[in-house]
Amino acid sequence: MIQAVAPKIEKNYLNEKVGLLSWLLTTDHKRIAILYTFSITVFFFIGGFFALMMRLELLSPRNWLVSAETYNKLFTMHGIIMVWFFLIPSIPGTLGNFLIPMMVGAKDVAFPKLNLLSWYIFMLGGGVTVYALFRGGVDTGWTFYTPFSTTYSTTYVVAAAVGIFIAGFSTILTALNFIATIHSMRAPGLTWFKLPIFVWSMYANSVVLILNTPVLAITLVMLAVERIFTVGIFDPALGGDPVLFQHMFWFYSHPAVYTMVLPAMAVISEIVPAFSRKPLFGYKAVAFSSIAIAVVGFLVWGHHMFVAGESVYSALAFSFLSYCVAVPSAIKVFNWTATIHGGSVSWDTPMLYAIGFIGLFTIGGMTGLFLAALGLDVHVHDTYFVIAHFHYIMVGGSVMAFLGGVHYWWPKISGKMYPEGLARLSALIVFIGFNLTFFPQFVLGYLGMPRRYAAYPEEFQMLHVLSTAGATILGVGYVLPLCYLIWAWHYGRDATPNPWRATGLEWKSSSPPPTHNFEVTPIVTAKLPYDYEAMKEELELV
Amino acid sequence: MSDPLVLELREQFATPEQQRHTSSIGIWLFLMTEVMMFGGLFVAYTVYRFNHPQAFAQGSAEMDIVLGSINSAILLTSSLTMGLAEFSAKFGRVRLSGILLFTTILIGLAFLGIKFTEYYEHYQQHEAPGVWFNHVGPHAPEVQMFFVFYFLMTGLHAVHMSIGILLLLGLIARNMVGSFSAAYHTPITVVGLYWHFVDIVWIFLYVIFYLPGLHK
Repeated sequence: MIQAVAPKIEKNYLNEKVGLLSWLLTTDHKRIAILYTFSITVFFFIGGFFALMMRLELLSPRNWLVSAETYNKLFTMHGIIMVWFFLIPSIPGTLGNFLIPMMVGAKDVAFPKLNLLSWYIFMLGGGVTVYALFRGGVDTGWTFYTPFSTTYSTTYVVAAAVGIFIAGFSTILTALNFIATIHSMRAPGLTWFKLPIFVWSMYANSVVLILNTPVLAITLVMLAVERIFTVGIFDPALGGDPVLFQHMFWFYSHPAVYTMVLPAMAVISEIVPAFSRKPLFGYKAVAFSSIAIAVVGFLVWGHHMFVAGESVYSALAFSFLSYCVAVPSAIKVFNWTATIHGGSVSWDTPMLYAIGFIGLFTIGGMTGLFLAALGLDVHVHDTYFVIAHFHYIMVGGSVMAFLGGVHYWWPKISGKMYPEGLARLSALIVFIGFNLTFFPQFVLGYLGMPRRYAAYPEEFQMLHVLSTAGATILGVGYVLPLCYLIWAWHYGRDATPNPWRATGLEWKSSSPPPTHNFEVTPIVTAKLPYDYEAMKEELELV
Repeated sequence: MSDPLVLELREQFATPEQQRHTSSIGIWLFLMTEVMMFGGLFVAYTVYRFNHPQAFAQGSAEMDIVLGSINSAILLTSSLTMGLAEFSAKFGRVRLSGILLFTTILIGLAFLGIKFTEYYEHYQQHEAPGVWFNHVGPHAPEVQMFFVFYFLMTGLHAVHMSIGILLLLGLIARNMVGSFSAAYHTPITVVGLYWHFVDIVWIFLYVIFYLPGLHK
């Protein structure tokens, strides 16, 4: 036995206080992380239900399950819930909240009450949106393009926009909290270049969220004002410009894509060194590539409007910049693979998800380059090719990393181990199900199947059936972890403080940690982050 | 008597200096988000003024330049009293600081009063956008668009002013129970930064709404 079993600490953050109110009024970042985990899981399965309905409808070339109008609402609601109520808050709200204060050696985030307020604002925004969705839904697509959203749609556009507007404040406050925490709450000796890459990536992510979310908020305000007062802001009949809406929306939403994947990269950068028993290759390059993604990510939004009447010169500039943003992403992929190379790799569940992430993110990223190419984009614009591309990033990337991270830190969060065999099996199911769902969609899109249609020509049916089959397998892959993690929370075997023998301050605390994270404020004396060489020597001494 | 610094130190911080530094980071980050939020409106205004220069000049000519200028002077004065409130707190003159905060509120309310007088005038002249709008002459939809941005942007500004006044009331209440001292007055600094930011936004609003119609 390498790791000595720590004496069981009587009090930890989970059992120090009990009762529903102790959870609803908590300012402990770890408990708030659990509140977020609960909420986003609910939203994930609501969004997943809409996806499942869409896939069932697409089994047949004709409308057989839902009407075309309902189908429009299904893909809109799927997008709204998954983007704003799962993907963007997922890793920051749960793992970010739990880990950032621990990784910097602090007792809590900089503003604990604000942190709790964020969760309440998030739930209020979610409540308003869900109200809009179940009252009759929205049919504009998650992008709310004008003038359809302002003038023609007869659905609950304003209510949905209000929900997203409210949730935006939660995102902003969480991001603000993280940046302040990382700047001013680091333990003695923990300089910037000793921080785990998780913290660097979450920092870059928070900067993006602080700068882009207010723009979405004000764009939605303008949309609502135009719709409520029937005045011209984006309506061309009243002197407005509908493409201006697209510019403002994508100025938010393209960086928003990076705020979905930067936290995923944060998780992968922790898992890969821990299961390769090697320091992360090119630490500074990986750290600065997060910053580069954040900066360049703000300059590429125009590639969503190549066919929307954008001038050829700005299209060229946006195309070029979109190629540039692939460079820092590629730096990360190369550094992760270089870390694995020559390491003593163990294939535990978090590592399986990490490997899956690297492969799928690479496919998603490379097909993004296809879409940034001016000529090819005209051919595949608004087809299933685009859908497949961004699902490889968001589902193959972000969701895989989220699951990997949840498994990796589960012993720390819950103090229990999850069933390893079952977890490996479901990681495999997720991987197979994901690829079967989305790879056929690349082919469909290339052959010309447009997105957002409930019916389609018969020659596409085979590929659609394959995709639906994959979606059901993927669904099983998502329900399994939900079941065994809840089981493990109660019946799993007790976890040691550091079951993966990983570096990082969070592993220096007990599992689960005490309310104030550390018995004494840690002082960092290590020369390097991810010092697995030193740890190897230490273990040999033991 | 216990040290007020220790009383005001939140449990997550090790030192008062760390707490002050963290608050400062927090408010500056928050102001960044405000810049981006108003920034979105400024971008849209700029695009449309570029597209419809004549209509925007026509709309701007309907502005009450006298009231607008008086209001600008009033608001800048409120920044002065706000700044002096922080300054006097720094030297431990907390009573004076409270009086200055109260003066700032009064000046802020005067600004809002004049602003709503202007709104009412526009409403009476059928210049409020929507069903109330009735403009004869060329470029009517585009002139309406000018007023949409006028009401939206100055309205958002007025919302920020109102929030600022509520925050100032909170400061006065805390000041009365003796929370502030020469050593601890961070909340006054933080609210002061917010107040000055809202002032600066007004300077830009004054320029883009009141001045384009002057040299028609």
